[in-house]
Amino acid sequence: MNLGALLPSAIDGLLLGFVYGLAAMGLTLIFGVTRVVNLAHGQMIAMGMFVVLAVASGAGLNPYVGVLLAAVVGLAAGVVIYVVAVDRVINAPELTTLLATFAVNLIIIGTATTLLTTSPRAVDVDMGALRSGGVTVLGTHLVAVVIAVAAAGALYAFLFRTRLGKSIRAVAADRAAAELMGINSRRMLALAFGLGTALAMTAGALLATLFSFNVLSGGTYETKSFVIVVLGGLGNPTGALIGGLIIGLLEGVTAVVIPVSWVPVIEYAVFVLILLVRPRGLLGSRQ
Amino acid sequence: MRGMRIMAAAAAAVLVVAACGSGTSSGPKTLKIGFTASQTGAQELTSKRQVEGIKLWADQVTKAGGIKLKDGTVLTPQLVSYDDESKTDRVQALYTKLINDDKVDFLLSPYSSGLIKAAAVVGEQNGKIMVTAGGADDATMEQGFTSIYQVYTPASQYLTGAIDLMLAMDPSIKKIAIVNEKDAFSTGVAAAAKPYAASKGLQIVVDEGYDTGTTDFGPIVNKIAAAAPDAILGGGHFQDGQTFAKAIFDKQVKAKFIALLVAPPEPTFGDIGAAANDIVGPSQWEASVAYDAKAAVAANISWYGPAVADFTAAYNAAFGSAPSYHSAGGYAAGLVLQKAIEDAGSIDPAAVRAALDKQDLLTLFGRIRFSTDAKTHGKQTAHQMVYVQWQAAADGSLSTKVVWPEAGRTAPIVPRQ
Repeated sequence: MNLGALLPSAIDGLLLGFVYGLAAMGLTLIFGVTRVVNLAHGQMIAMGMFVVLAVASGAGLNPYVGVLLAAVVGLAAGVVIYVVAVDRVINAPELTTLLATFAVNLIIIGTATTLLTTSPRAVDVDMGALRSGGVTVLGTHLVAVVIAVAAAGALYAFLFRTRLGKSIRAVAADRAAAELMGINSRRMLALAFGLGTALAMTAGALLATLFSFNVLSGGTYETKSFVIVVLGGLGNPTGALIGGLIIGLLEGVTAVVIPVSWVPVIEYAVFVLILLVRPRGLLGSRQ
Repeated sequence: MRGMRIMAAAAAAVLVVAACGSGTSSGPKTLKIGFTASQTGAQELTSKRQVEGIKLWADQVTKAGGIKLKDGTVLTPQLVSYDDESKTDRVQALYTKLINDDKVDFLLSPYSSGLIKAAAVVGEQNGKIMVTAGGADDATMEQGFTSIYQVYTPASQYLTGAIDLMLAMDPSIKKIAIVNEKDAFSTGVAAAAKPYAASKGLQIVVDEGYDTGTTDFGPIVNKIAAAAPDAILGGGHFQDGQTFAKAIFDKQVKAKFIALLVAPPEPTFGDIGAAANDIVGPSQWEASVAYDAKAAVAANISWYGPAVADFTAAYNAAFGSAPSYHSAGGYAAGLVLQKAIEDAGSIDPAAVRAALDKQDLLTLFGRIRFSTDAKTHGKQTAHQMVYVQWQAAADGSLSTKVVWPEAGRTAPIVPRQ
């Protein structure tokens, strides 16, 4: 054990937690509004990574243009996935929607593996670093936090300040009542799915500026998202962001004290503990 | 009618003479060499390289008129091979077929430790001599085999050699970090490096494993930075090795020496730019290595086979690409067998085995000598890993230089800045 590593690891973990939180917000938004557990979530995170790769290495543009593009592509892809795969089974039992998104997941994995192969990829982004004493904070991590916070803020502004956002919340609260009030619930569900996917792809795009990846990299972040969503409360976006910070911090701090490969064990122990002790999550289910 | 009979008798006589001719010691004989190639499956790319090396050796021997024995017999190598699909059960079945149906005289190996393990058991059980290339596993060669000979440096030495190099560069190094991927190969390498480091008086201040597929090295690098070691040893495979090197650079960890497995010898390792600078990596062989007859004289052993440059040029001409260490390993396996047959003066297994046991050569692949100890018989004891280091030229461009062993180096090692 070396306490000299505690501060830098805690900072690294916390910064990363914002990106985890953003990805989890996407998952929880989709669940909160549509009651669909999106098993294609991890694959959409991976697709976000490849948008950045295409923009930075393919088109030679600034990788952060890719982050913006990933959000737009994500919104469109989410709406398409909803219309094609989820809409017609939206009222079926939860297992059916689960299988529908799982099928989408497998289709994307198969296509991506064939077209892009599973070779490792990396986008070289250099944003400098802040250094003080033994602590080094990379510029890419700071930018990722700023973008993650901005994206989360924009989501909140949209959900609480705009008519469309309020309609989505109305559908989430009571779909039948919302329809009686003249809201087209199908459109809202599709939009919510699109927004959730946009968040996942944005998070993936940010991760691509931090770490190397391949077409199957989404899996790790998907399982983390599930832990975070349960931790923060199902369907609760604020809870997801806070859950992300907690998991990030936990990863950073525990890695100092115990061997790094034990960290996932701690994460899943927390997951089980929350399910046993406080199944509604720290902040409770969706408001 | 009578004329016909005479003609038939004459023809028969010619046939008999011809048959006798091939039985005497003066005419060329076929030397059947069997092995499997992974034409499909996980080992496809690397196996192809190894097979190309074997083919080049056989072609060159044939063009040179075959292997000439002291009694005048000339042996022309004939390669017999099948696709093992990178599967161990196929390897077992096909090596049995090579021995029983094709009746090959000698065996070469498939590529990769796992497949070699399977092939070695079949060869050993049937008493067939097999020279292996493409497998560095220690355990396979510690089963008391009598007929299996390993050309590659065993995996356990991948980092012990790096420790020798490190201490030759800077004897004042005391604190080291060992951080490796937690797969069988890397764990085995690290497990061999730890007691060796301790025996050299080094203190291991960080001893960590990370899971296969790890991309976030932040926590590990923070730990390393806090422990402030003089050197970092470890890694695993390409992707994690490259990411790890980048993370060490980003966090400005000061270490005078960094050696990582597998990744640094790959040309694309340099894609991380300045983060690759001064990183050292072990390789079985490099095309730029300077083994030659002069080095053999200095080491008081004999030189055998073509020079490195001639091999590289011939390989390029034959296959249109530069040879990798897999190619050179395949070629060397052929050379080793050829030399043993020449020394034995026959293809009698006992005589060839005795010749292999006595062999101590310098070849384009490096020095070759086999263990004669009963338990580790056939294990490679003299071949050294080549250590490459990424070094920056005056204009800032990066390239790999061979820095160890001294007999083959193209540049001296430099401490990491």
